[in-house]
Amino acid sequence: MRFLRRFFIRLSNFTAGRRADQRLREEIAEHLALQTEENLRAGMPPAEARRQAALKLGAAQAIREHHHAEHGLPFLENLLQDLRFALRMLAKSPGFAAVAILTTALGIGATTAIFSVVDATLLHPLPYPHPEELVRVEDYLQGVGAQSVGMSVPEWRDLAHSGIFQYIALIYSGSANLTGSAEPVRIQVESVSPNYLSLLGVKPELGRLFNPDDQTPGFNLEVVISHGLWKREFGGDPQILGKNLRIDNDVYHVVGVMPPGFREPGRTPDQRNTESWAACGFALAPPNRSRRAPFDVVARLKPGLTLTAAQSRLDALVSNLQKQYPGDYPIEIGWTVRLAPLKESLVGNVRQPLMMLLGAVVLVLLIACVNVANLLLARASARGREIAVRQALGATRKRLVRQLLTESLLLSLLGGVVGLVILFCTKGLLLKMVPASLPRFSDISVNWRILLFAVAASGVAGTIFGLAPAFEAGRLNLTDTLRQAGRGSRGSAKQTRTRRGLVVMEFALSLVLMIVAGLLLRSFWDLLKVQLGFNPEHVMSVQTPLPDPNDRATDIYGTPAQEAPLLRELLRRSSSLPGVKEAALGSSAAIPLNHDRNLFPLIVEGRDIPIDQSPVVERADVTPGYFRLMEIPLDRGRLFSETDSETSPQVAVVNEALAKIYWPNEDPIGKRFKIMGGRSRASTGPGWINVVGIVADARTESLTQKNVPLFYLCAYQTAAKDLAIFLRGQLDAGAIPAQVREQVQSVNRELPIFQAQTLDDVLSASLSERRFSMQMVAAFALTALLLAGLGIYGTISFLVNEQTRDIGIRLALGASRRAILTMVLRQGLWLAMAGAAVGLAGALIVSRLMAGLLFGVRPVDPLTFVGVTLLLTAVALAACYIPARRAMRLDPLAALRYE
Amino acid sequence: MKQKTDVRPGTLALMVLKTLNVLGPLHGFGIARRIEQISGDLLAVNQGTLYPVLLKLEQEGAIASEWGASENNRRARFYRITRAGHKLLEAEARGWEQTAAIMGRFFEMKAEDFS
Repeated sequence: MRFLRRFFIRLSNFTAGRRADQRLREEIAEHLALQTEENLRAGMPPAEARRQAALKLGAAQAIREHHHAEHGLPFLENLLQDLRFALRMLAKSPGFAAVAILTTALGIGATTAIFSVVDATLLHPLPYPHPEELVRVEDYLQGVGAQSVGMSVPEWRDLAHSGIFQYIALIYSGSANLTGSAEPVRIQVESVSPNYLSLLGVKPELGRLFNPDDQTPGFNLEVVISHGLWKREFGGDPQILGKNLRIDNDVYHVVGVMPPGFREPGRTPDQRNTESWAACGFALAPPNRSRRAPFDVVARLKPGLTLTAAQSRLDALVSNLQKQYPGDYPIEIGWTVRLAPLKESLVGNVRQPLMMLLGAVVLVLLIACVNVANLLLARASARGREIAVRQALGATRKRLVRQLLTESLLLSLLGGVVGLVILFCTKGLLLKMVPASLPRFSDISVNWRILLFAVAASGVAGTIFGLAPAFEAGRLNLTDTLRQAGRGSRGSAKQTRTRRGLVVMEFALSLVLMIVAGLLLRSFWDLLKVQLGFNPEHVMSVQTPLPDPNDRATDIYGTPAQEAPLLRELLRRSSSLPGVKEAALGSSAAIPLNHDRNLFPLIVEGRDIPIDQSPVVERADVTPGYFRLMEIPLDRGRLFSETDSETSPQVAVVNEALAKIYWPNEDPIGKRFKIMGGRSRASTGPGWINVVGIVADARTESLTQKNVPLFYLCAYQTAAKDLAIFLRGQLDAGAIPAQVREQVQSVNRELPIFQAQTLDDVLSASLSERRFSMQMVAAFALTALLLAGLGIYGTISFLVNEQTRDIGIRLALGASRRAILTMVLRQGLWLAMAGAAVGLAGALIVSRLMAGLLFGVRPVDPLTFVGVTLLLTAVALAACYIPARRAMRLDPLAALRYE
Repeated sequence: MKQKTDVRPGTLALMVLKTLNVLGPLHGFGIARRIEQISGDLLAVNQGTLYPVLLKLEQEGAIASEWGASENNRRARFYRITRAGHKLLEAEARGWEQTAAIMGRFFEMKAEDFS
């Protein structure tokens, strides 16, 4: 209390600028008068009485200072004084101030920008109540090396009754045709168990969610739509509740609208754009335990249950079930169920690239700090005399260090402010560079956490680059400095060593960054050059999915026989479009790099046991012209032909990878297999499928992986719903969607057309995240290179200045100018070598850490390591050349007179 | 010459409070004079150190001050103890007495007391 009262009075005195000096003067005068009188009474002569009184009082000036310190807040007062002084110093050398502030601004701005992405993606909790309770549940078949194989409905029911979860929901994600408004559109739909939306804990903006305890076996024809869909397709109609929607020919009625900020926590960008949710009981699915569909399973743990506790209870449950149903769960397939935090499953695969970016940008910030430290040191040596004078006048070392730190903190905070202003102004531009497929992209914003981070970063940066000069000033040798005449520009040997050390450090950091950038660049280059196995040039794909209604009676394309005529008609019409040379149809899985999971377990004729590798494989349904259009070459056997029709025996073409896995030492042609279950209900009959041909492996599933097993079925023999039209020729990408829509809708008015894209765009989009991190790191590396070059230039110039007399004497004694040049260059080269040695050691460690981000190059890629080191050394020599030439051209007479 | 050590931190403030408590309102010189009389030569030099202490006590609210006329009718600043000052003095005095008593017992300690 007393302390606080005293503090506030002092604070108010300080801020109001109240002075107590006058009062103290009067009091002291009175004190002296009284004491003098007393002394006089004691018989002293007047002069002596006054002298004794003053002696007894003590040093008046010291008392006044003490009194003043007691009256106000000396700490703040000194700070203000230092700040005023620092501002004056900066204003006096605007060039230095501008360079230092801009360098810091660059470092802090870039770091803050990357941090804002990291913050939104990795640090921010998911925007649902109690996000820590949300988990993803996945089946693993470890015995056969299969991960995330979905789940079967009986397993889900067991988990729901286990007592581990408040709710556990099945989610089945897909897209569907929404008809009824002006134009049929394709929307992302999730069929979810009725408890799903309640599980997430989000309140609807309008209407209600599904009843979480609803036990209706199939679809109950209720749908909740997103805010976006409501605004876009229904103009934000306030009477939307109860209205009917036709989704894939089934009539649903709208019961609720989700709030504007709600985003589905999906795995893929498509899934995250889900715009409607339909409740489904999943009771009609076959009650077969081992028949797993690619469901997403999301659950909310019972409150207070930790993830590890839940996992161990789950493990116990799983081992009980294995004993109970030994036929469904043979020991060798190694069935386990794993829990993972929902957030982790969303952002897990961007964590590493983002952390790499953050690391890279922090390196840039460090290099910027080192550069500014170097600048400050150069200035400190010029200010040596000023500091020595201050010290001689009685400034304590602590006070001096404080003043210098105030100066550097002021610099860094100004830099931080400038950096933030630049960041704010270029926000829109920067956001365009971030791939929108990044999970939680829409959460990126500049908020108080970001501002706090920027301030903290500035503070740390200022301390880092302020410490070295302040430390140097602290141990300045007073007499030496004062004795030096005039300029006092001669730094001590120690200081020169510090500057050299800083340059070496800067060099090492830049080298690490450049090597990282080099490795990423080479990975990207290798990816671009990869043998695709198909030709994406002049090819476009347009999706035109058929409705897949729950009510089979309304499905006019329910069987291959019903669908095949449509395919032939679409093919005929597409081929006649302007510029089209070839056309083909296929399922959307036939679009290269389409990341839909379209996995099917195969049963090979004559083999009872599950196959020991890859129990599920990719499938695509295509018309005969597809292979020629994509230029996927045939290896053996034959491709599909028009005679493989809805009435002829079912045939398949497999790729080499699949042939190698299933028929390692046999000729697959003529072998037969069956597909089990799978994603689309309208797949094929239960019959055997004949393998008629083998095609070469193409990287249609993933650019980084070759040998993904894949089989093709003839589209005439299946009733695939997710159709895509493939066109090759001199196409006008802008006109194609309208042309295709006209043709398709003249066959059936209710078919939507969407995602018309060239395969080149598809390829480029699939690289967007890699491209982003590569470009960012490359930009950082270039900045680092520039800063390192400036740093070495500054230091060598400084050294040349220091050695002017030296060089003059050498020249006067007959040293050749070439010898002077090499002498200076050697100094620079030595610094570069030392930096390179440290940097290479660092790069070896870092490149190993980022091995997972590389493609095609080894982490220790000799070409990159050597190339980057040479490049950096060349830059160092170039930076040294300017001061070296100045040294070489010195006039020996002028040099000797120097100082 | 007797050693005139610096006053222990805090003791001077306590002496000021006690002086004001016993003698009523006084000006700076008066306080210094009394403390000097009672404590011997403790404040014989550096009487000026009293003024920052007075300011601190005033800011803490333990004393208050106002201008008044001194014995020889000149303007002088008079200090008086406040109610908060009384409380502070009592608390501090108790603390000192306890400390003094404990220390006293220790100094009186003899070896035979423990045999």
